[in-house]
Amino acid sequence: MTDASLQAPTLLLQPDAARAGRLRSFRLKDNVFRHLTRASAVTVLGILGGVILALVIGAWLALSTFGIDFFTTESWNPVTEKFGALAPIYGTLATSLIAMLIAVPVGLGIAIFLTELCPPVLRRPVGVAIELLAGIPSIIYGIWGLFVFAPFLQATLQPFLIGTFGSVPVLSTIFAGPPYGIGILTAGLILAIMVLPFVTSVSRDVFETVPAVLKEAAYGIGCTRWEVIRRIVIPYTRVGLVGGVMLGLGRALGETMAVTFVIGNAHRISGSILAPGTTISASIANEFTEAVGDLYTSSLIALGLILFIITFIVLAIARLMLLRLERQQGS
Amino acid sequence: MSLMAPVAHSASRPRYMRRRRLNLVMMSLSLAAAAFGLLWLLAILSTLVFKGVGGLSLDVFAQSTPPPGSQGGLLNAIVGSLIMTAIGVALGTPIGILAGTYMAEYGRHNRLTMTVRFINDILLSAPSIVVGLFVYEVVVIRMGHFSGIAGALALAILVVPVVVRTTEDMLNLVPNQLREAASALGLPRAIVIQRIAYRAARAGMITGVLLAIARVSGETAPLLFTALNNQFWSSDLNAPMSSLPVVIFQFALSPYTDWQQLAWTGALLVTFAVLALSIAARALAAGSRK
Repeated sequence: MTDASLQAPTLLLQPDAARAGRLRSFRLKDNVFRHLTRASAVTVLGILGGVILALVIGAWLALSTFGIDFFTTESWNPVTEKFGALAPIYGTLATSLIAMLIAVPVGLGIAIFLTELCPPVLRRPVGVAIELLAGIPSIIYGIWGLFVFAPFLQATLQPFLIGTFGSVPVLSTIFAGPPYGIGILTAGLILAIMVLPFVTSVSRDVFETVPAVLKEAAYGIGCTRWEVIRRIVIPYTRVGLVGGVMLGLGRALGETMAVTFVIGNAHRISGSILAPGTTISASIANEFTEAVGDLYTSSLIALGLILFIITFIVLAIARLMLLRLERQQGS
Repeated sequence: MSLMAPVAHSASRPRYMRRRRLNLVMMSLSLAAAAFGLLWLLAILSTLVFKGVGGLSLDVFAQSTPPPGSQGGLLNAIVGSLIMTAIGVALGTPIGILAGTYMAEYGRHNRLTMTVRFINDILLSAPSIVVGLFVYEVVVIRMGHFSGIAGALALAILVVPVVVRTTEDMLNLVPNQLREAASALGLPRAIVIQRIAYRAARAGMITGVLLAIARVSGETAPLLFTALNNQFWSSDLNAPMSSLPVVIFQFALSPYTDWQQLAWTGALLVTFAVLALSIAARALAAGSRK
């Protein structure tokens, strides 16, 4: 295409030397620029490949030393050099689960508010305010969580949970123990606040793709607002909503600094969500610079590899879901 | 008569009343959810102002981080953050813009573009601590020590996906007639892109860069084991370099109250810088859309 449009004039107008030279330099610059852009696009793929390769190489020592045990043992002992990833994996999954249990209903609620209830004047300011929550750096959530939120929970929510569920069979284990303030639950709650804007903005965007005709038809036969949302909007956008939830989950799994402040950094699995624990990212952030010995460092990199693989899968599912919604729109 | 009928009937129809009650409950819940979300924003920002403003003084900008118990400021951390962010953005932006250009201009529907878009969207949300590990493996181990340049590289890797995404989106919005008109004048493709498409998409592309700056200037995790920290003034890229987020991390977890005060002041500075950037980016994007 480009070549044809450049060659045509050269053939038509008997070119003098200057013109030929200029056209040559045009063509050269054109090719250089195109290859430069292509190379940059490939660089993006290269970054991903490089990250995976570097992590696999770094993690190799730990994975070959411990084998499958690395994933199934809880002990994390730098002195005897016995490392197992079970406690951080458990902590990562538990905190993310708590975060999603709260962020998904609240995020959907806010999205419903923004698309169906909110007066148009307020729609933009409220939407931007919620998105600003995503702009606050994670270290700020950490310092706020440690000095404000954790003491607040220690004085209010945690004693309440212990007191209320203390005598209920299963729940007494989940909410057992003294109210430390910091711990799995606190980390989960902070994560919930952090992923809330992601769930909200994706949900709002997919809600806005519902054709007005569908909603009007439902209102026309006498549906209430909630029935329109429940029976029309949510079924229509289900795929996109799952995508939004997975996107939030991907964020929650990999979140580092906020969790590091409030998780308590204890390499053990406790039945109680009020107890301190650790997550993959928090372990790396806390211990990496102090790790002595190749095996210790390698074990931490292996944790990073596990985290990267988990988040990669979750985010890939999120993207595929959102792509499917887009295609459904297109057809 | 038909206008009156539903009202007259409604009281005698429990099912209808139940539907209306459920609707009221669900709508109140969604209102509550919105209030709940805004509450956290207010809670965090007010805490920052409340705890941070007290420590603001000229010293914060004029002195380096102190040993515990003595006077000091955040100068080295502020400068370190600025240097690493600037280099990170300077390295990441061209790659991001060029990659986005390829995707929107040259290979709009080909397989490479599809793959890059998919991978880029994943990198956009990938855990930043993993990027820190990557740079540690590739740069820090090879150099033998932590350094400012390693930190800047880690930030550059985080800049790329943000810029790729916005560049591609913005170039896709440029009407094709503009390109066709330019091509019809005989301009080569590269010139069409640089002089026409870039100019038409400029505001959006700048928005992307601002968002990228906002994203990386608050990042802590990728700097922990690349740039590490430096208690003293240093602009040497070959040596460990201080940054605001890392200083906040270190000082907040310390037992000294004067360090904690500096951490809160730093937190206030970082947050308002980041929020101002993202609001500016939004305003620019909204302005260019009109």
